[in-house]
Amino acid sequence: MGHSMRWAAIAVAAMLAGCGDKSQQAGDDTLRIIIGQASPLTGPQAHLGKDNENGVRLALDEINAAGLTLGGKKAVLVLQSEDDGADPKTATTVAQKLVDEGVAGVIGHLNSGATIPASKIYYDNGIPQISPSATAVAYTAAGYNTAFRVMTNDAQQGSVLGKYAVTHLGAKKIAIVDDRTAYGQGLADEVEKAVKAAGGEVVAREYTSDRATDFMAILTSIKAKAPDVVFFGGMDPQAAPMIKQMKQLGITAKFLGGDGAQTPKFIELAGADAEGALASNPGLPLDAMPGGAAFKAKFEAKYGKIQNYSPYAYDAMYVLVEAMKRAGSSDPAKYLTELPKTDYQGVTGHIRFDAKGDLAGGAVTLYQVKNGQWQTLETVQSGK
Amino acid sequence: MDIFLQQLVNGLVLGSVYALVALGYTMVYGILELINFAHGEVTMMGAMVALAVIGALALAAPGVPGVLMLAAGLAVAIPVCVALGLLIERVAYRPLRHAPRLAPLITAIGVSIILQNVAMLIWGKQYIPFPAILPQGRHTFYGASITDVQIAILVLTVAIMLALILVVQKTRLGRAMRATAQSRQVASLMGVDVNRVIAATFAIGSALAAVAGIMVSAYYGLAHYYMGFLLGLKAFSAAVLGGIGNLGGAMLGGLLLGLIESFGAGYIGDLTGGFLGSHYQDVFAFFVLIAVLVFRPQGLLGARGVERA
Repeated sequence: MGHSMRWAAIAVAAMLAGCGDKSQQAGDDTLRIIIGQASPLTGPQAHLGKDNENGVRLALDEINAAGLTLGGKKAVLVLQSEDDGADPKTATTVAQKLVDEGVAGVIGHLNSGATIPASKIYYDNGIPQISPSATAVAYTAAGYNTAFRVMTNDAQQGSVLGKYAVTHLGAKKIAIVDDRTAYGQGLADEVEKAVKAAGGEVVAREYTSDRATDFMAILTSIKAKAPDVVFFGGMDPQAAPMIKQMKQLGITAKFLGGDGAQTPKFIELAGADAEGALASNPGLPLDAMPGGAAFKAKFEAKYGKIQNYSPYAYDAMYVLVEAMKRAGSSDPAKYLTELPKTDYQGVTGHIRFDAKGDLAGGAVTLYQVKNGQWQTLETVQSGK
Repeated sequence: MDIFLQQLVNGLVLGSVYALVALGYTMVYGILELINFAHGEVTMMGAMVALAVIGALALAAPGVPGVLMLAAGLAVAIPVCVALGLLIERVAYRPLRHAPRLAPLITAIGVSIILQNVAMLIWGKQYIPFPAILPQGRHTFYGASITDVQIAILVLTVAIMLALILVVQKTRLGRAMRATAQSRQVASLMGVDVNRVIAATFAIGSALAAVAGIMVSAYYGLAHYYMGFLLGLKAFSAAVLGGIGNLGGAMLGGLLLGLIESFGAGYIGDLTGGFLGSHYQDVFAFFVLIAVLVFRPQGLLGARGVERA
């Protein structure tokens, strides 16, 4: 009994040592740096998850091909990609797995719902994390010094939307509706603040749910207040019947939505009534990115069509490695202090972080439905 | 005034849909004292089947007038829902007719979950758009507007109600239904085929559900595998409000619930100075429901005591 226990202990120790080896040293004196990537690689969002993975992989391959030297030592990046299934519970399991594998940093996750619970695990283990696509304010609001994002957050989007309604659409009276979800309410609150700051008046604040399809009552009471713009914080299944019912009631106010409404499904569901609707999306369209065309050529030669966030994932990988270079080390404890100082000109634009780890001056793009298609109107920098 | 009138129209249209679905609950309850919780899902199935037919037609023959496509959708959805209603009754309720009353309640919930999942497997979790095939006419009177679809819903609901009351009061089947509702045993001793009457009740209720489902999806422009749940809950509440088991009560309860919701959501914010917003719409509706039931536990038009032996 005593003997077998001792042997087992030695075997485990050897295995652990083996693991340590894998992350630190690879045969010769080249430093092996494991980079974690987490996104849904299966399920309905698998195409988006794979897109993020390929964005990271493209940057990683480029960095390796160009040769990486940290603190006078040759280094090579190794990708460890994990599937979080867009599920908060799986995300924490995957995050723990990446930490146990000894990753030096993580690019991910894709969804806010998965990113937020995972961020605590990275923080507890001191592993820097950059999300290329999470927009929920809560991700960086927890105050973890390991959490960063290269994507515009919902608060930035809301403030741009509110200001846009007043200054660009010339609205004096604005009605705001939200669906009482964390996303919808958060966005609507930011819009309300920005409208007031820009000198507009919020004439109605109405509420619905993310299951509702009947908005006649609240729209009728909105109609009585004759707003110039109706803003809706919520998703397309509500936004589409809402704009239809606005037309039915003869409301002539412009419809303005966030990224939950800026979808092809919105146009499909609202049909002809979608015409003229305005909505925003965080970030900027590929053809408006400074390095968009070059990225597209490189990416599509290797992986096919860009889905959505791969340019951001690509930039996130470079931001991480640039911080390692400045610190001369891939030790998370050492290069983590370099990340807030990031000042990087990436494919998606100029990347700097604010005190919370959010993208400073994150861009928001406005779109309008014209001839049954979302057309780009313009891109606005938040905080300006 | 125009706003008041508009809320009245909103409430009446919403209430008509509730009333139509509530009829299905109330008919089954009147005869079996069973709450058929799967009824909301039958409504959803009606909408989904009709949309599938209309969607296929709109692709195959885009020139066909919208009203004809709608009729084709109804022509397929009604038999499908009737068959579904009969199947549910045969499989989930009839074997449990002499079981304790909680047992069929559980199977009802089970059937409801099964139907939701079947719909999700067939049509996915996506919202399905209702093709723009119907006339989009809008009429304005005294500052309030009403669309052709809304008028059609109101007219159709009233017509169906009258027809149903005629069937129950004037036909042999109606008499058998009333007899079965009073006492299943005595009715069967008098030569009424109780099983046939119950099946007919489910068939009529499911046909109404199919019509209501199509109305809802045409009105809001979409359908979804989950749409039956909330609709069923509201319609059930309407049936209880009006007095469950009573046809006129279902209609009254449906219309009242629609009006309460509409006026509640429309005025609650202004009346309370913004203290309570339109998110209290459902709270308000169910508060009225509770208040009515405290003073009239049998519902507005429900008979006091038990009609059945």
